[in-house]
This record gives sequence, structure tokens and C-alpha cells, in this order.
Amino acid sequence: MMLIPCPWCGPRDEAEFHYGGQAHVAYPADPAALSDAEWARYLFFRDNPKGPFAERWSHAAGCRRWFNVVRDTATNEIHAVYRAGGQRPVSP
Amino acid sequence: MTRQPFRRDGHRGETLRFRFDGRDYEGYRGDTLASALLANGVRAVATSVRLGRPRGVFAAWTEEPNALVQIEHPFPEPMLQATTVELYDGLVARGLPGKGRLSGEADPARHDGVYAHCDVLVVGAGPAGLSAALSAAGSGARVVLADDRPVPGGSLPDTAETVDGLPGAEWAAAALAELDGHPEVRVLARTGVLGYYDDNYLVAVERRGERASSRERLWRIRARRVVLATGAHERSVAFAGNDRPGVMLASAARAYVNRYGVLPGRRAVVFTANDSAYAAARDLTAAGVEVAAVVDVRRGGGRSWDGSEVLAGHLVTGVDGQDGVSSVTVSPDPRGGLAGDREIEADLLLVSGGWNPVVHLFGQAGGRLRYDERLGALLPAATRQAVEVAGAARGLSTLGRCLADGAAAGARAAEAAGFRAGRRSAARAEDVAAALAEHVWLVPAADYRGHFVDLQRDVTVADVMRATRAGLRSVEHVKRYTTAGTAHDQGKTSGLLTSGVVAHLLEVDVAELGTTTFRAPYVPVSFATLAGRDRGALHDPVRVTPLHGWHVARGALFENVGQWKRPRYYPRAGEDMRAAVLRECAAVRRGAGAMDVSTLGKIDLQGPDAAELLDRLYTAMMSTLPVGAIRYGVMCQPDGTVFDDGTVTRLAEDRFLATTTTGNAAAVLDWMEEWLQTEWPSLRVYCTSVTEQWATVALAGPGSRAVLAGLAPGLAVDGESFPFMTWREARVAGIEARVCRISFSGELAYEINVSAWDGLALWEAVQGSGAVTPYGTETMHVLRAEKGYPIVGQDTDGTVTPADLGLGWVLSGKKADYVGKRSHARPGDLRPDRKHLVGLLPDDPDRLLPEGAHLVATARLPEPPVPALGHVTSSYRSAALGRTFALALVSGGRERVGDRLYVPVGAEQVPVTVTRHVLYDPEGARRDG
Ligand SMILES: [Zn+2]
Repeated sequence: MMLIPCPWCGPRDEAEFHYGGQAHVAYPADPAALSDAEWARYLFFRDNPKGPFAERWSHAAGCRRWFNVVRDTATNEIHAVYRAGGQRPVSP
Repeated sequence: MTRQPFRRDGHRGETLRFRFDGRDYEGYRGDTLASALLANGVRAVATSVRLGRPRGVFAAWTEEPNALVQIEHPFPEPMLQATTVELYDGLVARGLPGKGRLSGEADPARHDGVYAHCDVLVVGAGPAGLSAALSAAGSGARVVLADDRPVPGGSLPDTAETVDGLPGAEWAAAALAELDGHPEVRVLARTGVLGYYDDNYLVAVERRGERASSRERLWRIRARRVVLATGAHERSVAFAGNDRPGVMLASAARAYVNRYGVLPGRRAVVFTANDSAYAAARDLTAAGVEVAAVVDVRRGGGRSWDGSEVLAGHLVTGVDGQDGVSSVTVSPDPRGGLAGDREIEADLLLVSGGWNPVVHLFGQAGGRLRYDERLGALLPAATRQAVEVAGAARGLSTLGRCLADGAAAGARAAEAAGFRAGRRSAARAEDVAAALAEHVWLVPAADYRGHFVDLQRDVTVADVMRATRAGLRSVEHVKRYTTAGTAHDQGKTSGLLTSGVVAHLLEVDVAELGTTTFRAPYVPVSFATLAGRDRGALHDPVRVTPLHGWHVARGALFENVGQWKRPRYYPRAGEDMRAAVLRECAAVRRGAGAMDVSTLGKIDLQGPDAAELLDRLYTAMMSTLPVGAIRYGVMCQPDGTVFDDGTVTRLAEDRFLATTTTGNAAAVLDWMEEWLQTEWPSLRVYCTSVTEQWATVALAGPGSRAVLAGLAPGLAVDGESFPFMTWREARVAGIEARVCRISFSGELAYEINVSAWDGLALWEAVQGSGAVTPYGTETMHVLRAEKGYPIVGQDTDGTVTPADLGLGWVLSGKKADYVGKRSHARPGDLRPDRKHLVGLLPDDPDRLLPEGAHLVATARLPEPPVPALGHVTSSYRSAALGRTFALALVSGGRERVGDRLYVPVGAEQVPVTVTRHVLYDPEGARRDG
């Protein structure tokens, strides 16, 4: 049970949160302008690193806000938490 | 009659009566079932799971692999260790053949859960744990001390060693009393920590007993720092006959003598590779057990010993006695060049192959372990969790060092949590120097079928050998191949022994083999305890509408839709479901019916950009909808598949009400929030769930207009004044209502929305008109299927697009984009062989197809693989059609209309004809009444 620091509510049990996959995969500005391959890349391709990973979480059973987390997928260590739309902090 | 013939002289206590395997015995308060059985001379307690061999008590606490029992009274509980069951008066138990039996009755006991937070959690109240708790408590930190035993002190009552000049048990009791005096300290006795999860979240079970308000409590503890003072388990050696009743860990025998006042035998042989067993031999001798010989694998023997003969450089090579040890065969280590076996009469064989620090929780916490050659044990190495390991759990072997180490760890933990640990000197004990231990895993032999590695799983060295000869090199693989270490004792006595034997067989160092993964739970836990009070409706809430009581009173049968209870049909006297549904369907098509549709999800969207948000999320254009009008809408995933459907009602320029399917209401609200927050934060929209604020009654059928006119005299209900897909505000039965002209049956129909408080009054007024038949979800399903209206989640499965469902008309061509639009132009979405929603008419009009059945092209099934064309998604009897029909997703289905296909049902090929998916009133003539 990870302890996830919600930027709005502070540290809360993982069970209060909903996972949203990789962060910074923006909905394309003009999907119609994309080739089939480019659109498929947006739809289906996601990174799967062992190590730090920027991902989206929502405090579903709390403030219901979406935000971003940099989490080490091997250790569950949380390196950074920042608002949706924010820049990923530089390293780690 | 001598009562408790193996009870040590002078040991007394409150007498408790119990029954085991059908015989009555007595024991004392403070006994475990195992110690009481030993006191009564019961040697064979259970039989082994695979080989059916008799097994006796092997250990004295949670590491016991053999003595598995089933409690029969007061409540049947399977697979408990006799060594951890505290004896109580009236206990009835029996030994198990390796496996238990669940009770068929519901458990009457209550189980509870508790959440706790602390600065320092100390696991284990042995010498190190008590010392850690004392120094942490002195800093003012909030401390929780959790220990799985009923009395504090860990091994101190077993070893009867002295601390600060006091008998160990007395020192421990005094330490506990001091801790109890700290207002910020909570001591949890009988509380075993069984799981260590991310960010110092630990789970423990407190055994409170049958008389407490709850039998067990599950503690979920979040600790800023953790001190693991979990001690060490002694391990065995693999030799022939090492599973016989009477073979016992040396430390366990010492515990029976000192803690429980029980003699585990009369005449003992001690087989050891280290010095700790000499202390056991000394204590047994003092208690009156004759120690016939100490067999020490070390050529130099152990520490000075004034007792019986020491056979240094010797091994135990055999054990005689079927139901209990009768003699032990001892041979010189063949490496020593000596010869000459000796047979020694004995009824007890103590074994000490060495000590395994209890690193289970540390391992669960993601800590890495390293093999220490000198100690012959796995020791905790690095971890990222905020944890200290103290005492025997990190390989310390003498009492004095464990006390000092615990005190230091407790102070470090408190300081790391932001407290100032005072200067408190650690408790002291005499440290006895020990000779170096040797690490012997197995005694060489020609036949390894009686050399047990894992007693609970009946795994022998021969089994391990078969694994290594099959080419397995990793201990993880050997474990899975042989099942060693996978029993509910979690390999406490067998895990490292297995590694040692594998290393011996492969002729490598144990360190090279790596370790197996430690997983929760450290000790077995019942599902009832994990569930606690989260059972039934407290686990999965039951949601009911304001009209629920009426449905119940009218004998409705319900179906679960998500968490909602929805009336499925309302049978009249003598009616089965088929008759009731046909009657309800006919009533709606010929007259008027009413249904409680309050469970439909309702989301109120407000804000200047609400129309823009809806345009982006629904496939249809919503921004052009005039105030007062309603539009059907479908939402897709970005991959173009159908996510949900419903209606959108425009209440004002900047305000809409969107309805969702009953089961998807929360998901749709989440969906809207996610897009708003993560992709389009500039859109000014608030989304609010109003599902439970409204009660909604669907009024359907050609007679519905007259019923509504009667209830709402102020409302112009004629088709011109109140056209299809519009809404009006009106007083219905005197209640303020929003009336929508929408239909999910193809008939003239209305949905009347009122405040949830007024729902029952509205419903009763509708029923009171006398012309309306209540109908349930089953009838609704049939009526909509006759019209070819899909139900998301029943006729769709996450691969289906709106076009597949014949809903191409809801896909806006005018909008530059909506979620899913780009995918609808992908080649895969344009393939002619996509599965389309079609109707099916079985040749036999009375034949009801099973939902989920597949469709094939030929009257005879070809050899597999049989190409399946699709499957039946909905199947009903239709009153309006006078026959059965079905909906199905069929490859290229719209091109197959009129074709004959077959549905394999059992051995039969049921012939059907493909039709359009709209089977009833395809012209839509009935919509306006
Ligand atoms: Zn929050």
C-alpha cells in the first residue's frame, strides 16, 4: 500500500487513488491530420520502463483531481508529484 | 493414573480439560495444544500430506511444519499449528492428514479491523524488540510494539537466561510494565505481523480469543520507522528418518522444558553443528531428561560440556521407531576416516543444523539479503524502506549483544522519526563465547528417500535430486518443481535447508544460488479476518431507488445492475418469468406500462463551455441542440469503440443533463472529469452527479398519452405541442416535474422526472390511473431488442463501433473531431467483414437461443478450427412477433440478411435466418402513438 502525496490533500493510501497510465501523452491537436500509423502510435504505444516513470493518478476517493507522479516502477519510490499539465521535474 | 506423565516436577497451573483425537486429556493454562499433548505423552499428532507418515511436534511456535490440527469445538477451524493454539478449557481438536476441512456452517464469530499510525513500530517483543521499544518510547515517540506471543520476552522464557540479574521472563514482564506506563506506547500481544508493504504499511493479526467481542482483529499500521526484531528459527539437517515423531528442534525441546514445564522425552540424543544445542542439553538434563549423547558434526566438538558423552565428528545416520523414536544410529563422519556405527536407545532426538534469522518481513519489504558464510544464514542487506533490523534477526547470537543492538536500533528509529532518544543504558546479560559453527545440510547416504527437507510438503533430498538432475539450477525453480517451501509454514524451517541441499548437490556455494522471494502472509490468516466487517452489503453496498419499497410490496423479482436492485418483472399469481414478461410486453405494446428508471445515471453539466465539451465527447453534434430539446448520443473511446450511450437534454444555453447507462454512471462522470482536467482544462464546465436526486418513471405505450393527460391537465400532450425528443416542465399528479418525450421501446413514451422525495408519490399516482401495467428490466430488454436498440455491455464488448451497431447516423460528419472519430477512418474500422448487429429468427419459432452461442455457416460442423462468424448477444421471446428472436454480432452481417446460419447448441446445429436488427415497427410508425 503506497503512500501517495496528493498535491491537494497530502499523503494518502494508494487505495484512494485511480491509476491513469503514462503522463504527457497529449491528445493530438488535429487527429485528422495524422497518418494511420501516427494515430495508432498515440492510441496503443506506451513506455514501460523499469525505473522512474511519469504517470497520471487521480485522487478518486478524495479530491478527485488528476495529477502527475514520477514513480520508480521497480521500487515504487515516488520521486516527484506535480499538477496535471505541469512540466516533469528534471531528474531523477 | 498418572496425569500428564511427561509434566516436569513442580510445574503447576490452572487445570484445563481438552479432547484430542477422541481422547480426553488435561493440561495447564499457559500451555499450547502441543505442549499439553507432549505432557500427556502424545507423540504422533498428525500424518503427513503426501506420504501419510506419522508426524510429531517438531517446533515450539510458528515455525512448526508437522503438528497440524483441526479445531472441532467451539467452531471448526482447519489447519492450525498445535504449537500456536493456546489451550483453553473445552477445546476439541484432532490431528490432520496434512489438509484441513472447512466448515459448512457460517462462522458466528465477528472479525474487526483497526487502522493505526505510529512513529516507530517494533515487531517482536524478545530481548531486542523490548530494548528497542524501551529506547524509542523514552524519546516520546508514538510506539507500537507488536508481538505474536501471549507473553513478552520472545525466546527468554524458552532459554531461561538472565537479564539485568533477573530471570529473563521477569525482566521482560517488567519491561512491558514500563512500556505500558508510557502514554504514547501501544503494546499488542498475540499480534503477529504477517505482511510488510510499500511505504512502511504493515498488516498484523491480533488473536483475541473466542470470548472477545471479535475473535481476531486485523491491524493496518502505517509506521514512520520500523524495527524488525523478529528473532531466528532453528533449522534441521537432512538425514534418514528426520521426520519421525520424537525428532525435534533442540531449541523447541528447551522451550518445552523451560517455558511449559514439559519433558519432550525421557532419553535424548542431541545432534548439532553448533553450540546452542549444548545449552538445550544442559537444560534438559537439569529437568530430568537423560541426555545419552551429544553428536557433534564438528571434529573438535563444541564448548566444554560436563554431561554425557560427546561424539565429535559424528553424524546421525538413522532413526528407528515407527510412531516415535526408539533408537538413533550414529556414525563417524566418513571424511574423518573412522568407522563403526553405534545404535543408541532414545525416545527423543534433538537437532540443530544452525539458525535462520527471520528475514521474511524484511524480504517482503523489498530488502535484499546476502548469504553469510560464517553464520550459514541469510542476513538482511540493503532496503529503501525506513526500517532497522535488530538482534537475532540480523544474525546476532548472544543475548547481551541482542539487548544492546535492540536499544540502539530503537534510538536510531526514534531519532530518524524526529525525536531525541534519551541516554538509557541497555539491559545487560552475560555473553558466552561460542565455538564456530559448521554448516551441514545433509548427511550423505546411498538412499535419500527418507531425508526430509520440507516436512510439511513431504519433500525429500531424493525429490530435490530429481529436480537438479532434471537440469534445474535456480532455487526458485527447484521450489516450484518440488513444492519445497510452499506450504503454509512458508518454509520457515525448510527454506534455507533446501538451498543448502541444492548447493550441496550442485557443488556450488549457497551464496551463488540466490534466495527465494518472501511473500506475505508470514503466518496463515483466515479470509474472515481479512474481510473483517466488510461482508455482504457493507462490502458491496446495495443501492435502491425511492420506489423500492413499492416494488418489494408488489412481489417484484429483482436483478442486480451494478450495485442497484432493479425490478426484473412483477409476476402475478401462478406466473413464471416467461408468462409475466410476455404479459408485461403485450401491455406496453397495446396499452400502457410504467417502469422505474431512476437508476439511469444523470450528470448535470453547467458552464459556458458545456456544449463544447459535449461536442468533443459525443459522436453527435450537441451544441446545435435547442433549449427544450433532447438528443440521443453515443460516446466512444479514442480507439473508436462504444463506451456508453444515453440522452442529452438541453436545459439552458449553458446547462445540459446527460443520462448514462445504469452501470456506467460513475465511469462516465470520471471520463468527463478526466478529459476536462487533463486535456481541456481551459473549458469552463462543472459536472455533477444528480443520479440520486431524481426519481424517473418511464411511461410507455399507445395509452401513455391519455394517462399523462389525466395526470397533468395543464400540459399540452398532443404530438404537435409536445413533439418527440423534447421536454416540458409540468405538474404531474400535482408534483413539479420535467417530462421528456423519449422512448426506449419504440412506442409513444414519456419519462417523468421528479425530485427523489416525490418519486413514490408520482409512481403511485401513475399506478393509480388504473390503466398502467408495471414492468421490469426484462420486459424493457425485450422491447428494446425488438427495436434493435443495443445495450452497451450486452450487445457490445469493447470491440464494437457505433457503425457496427447500425448507428452510423449518430456519427457527426460536420464536426472536425470527436473522441473516436479518427479511429472510425482507420482501415480496420472500414473492413466489410466487421461484425454487425443483426437479428436472428430461429426456424423453430419456439426455440430460444442461448446468449453467447456462436454462429457458423454450415449445417455440419467441420473439423476444428471451426470458423465462427459471431455470437448471440441477446435472445428473447417476443409477444409482438409471436415467436422467439435474437440479436447477434455477425461478421459482415448486414450483407447476410436473408441467409441461413447455424447455432451449435450441444450436439445440435440450430438453423436460423439473419434479419435486419430492427424486427418490430421498422418504419417507426408507433413512436407518435
Ligand atoms: Zn487529493
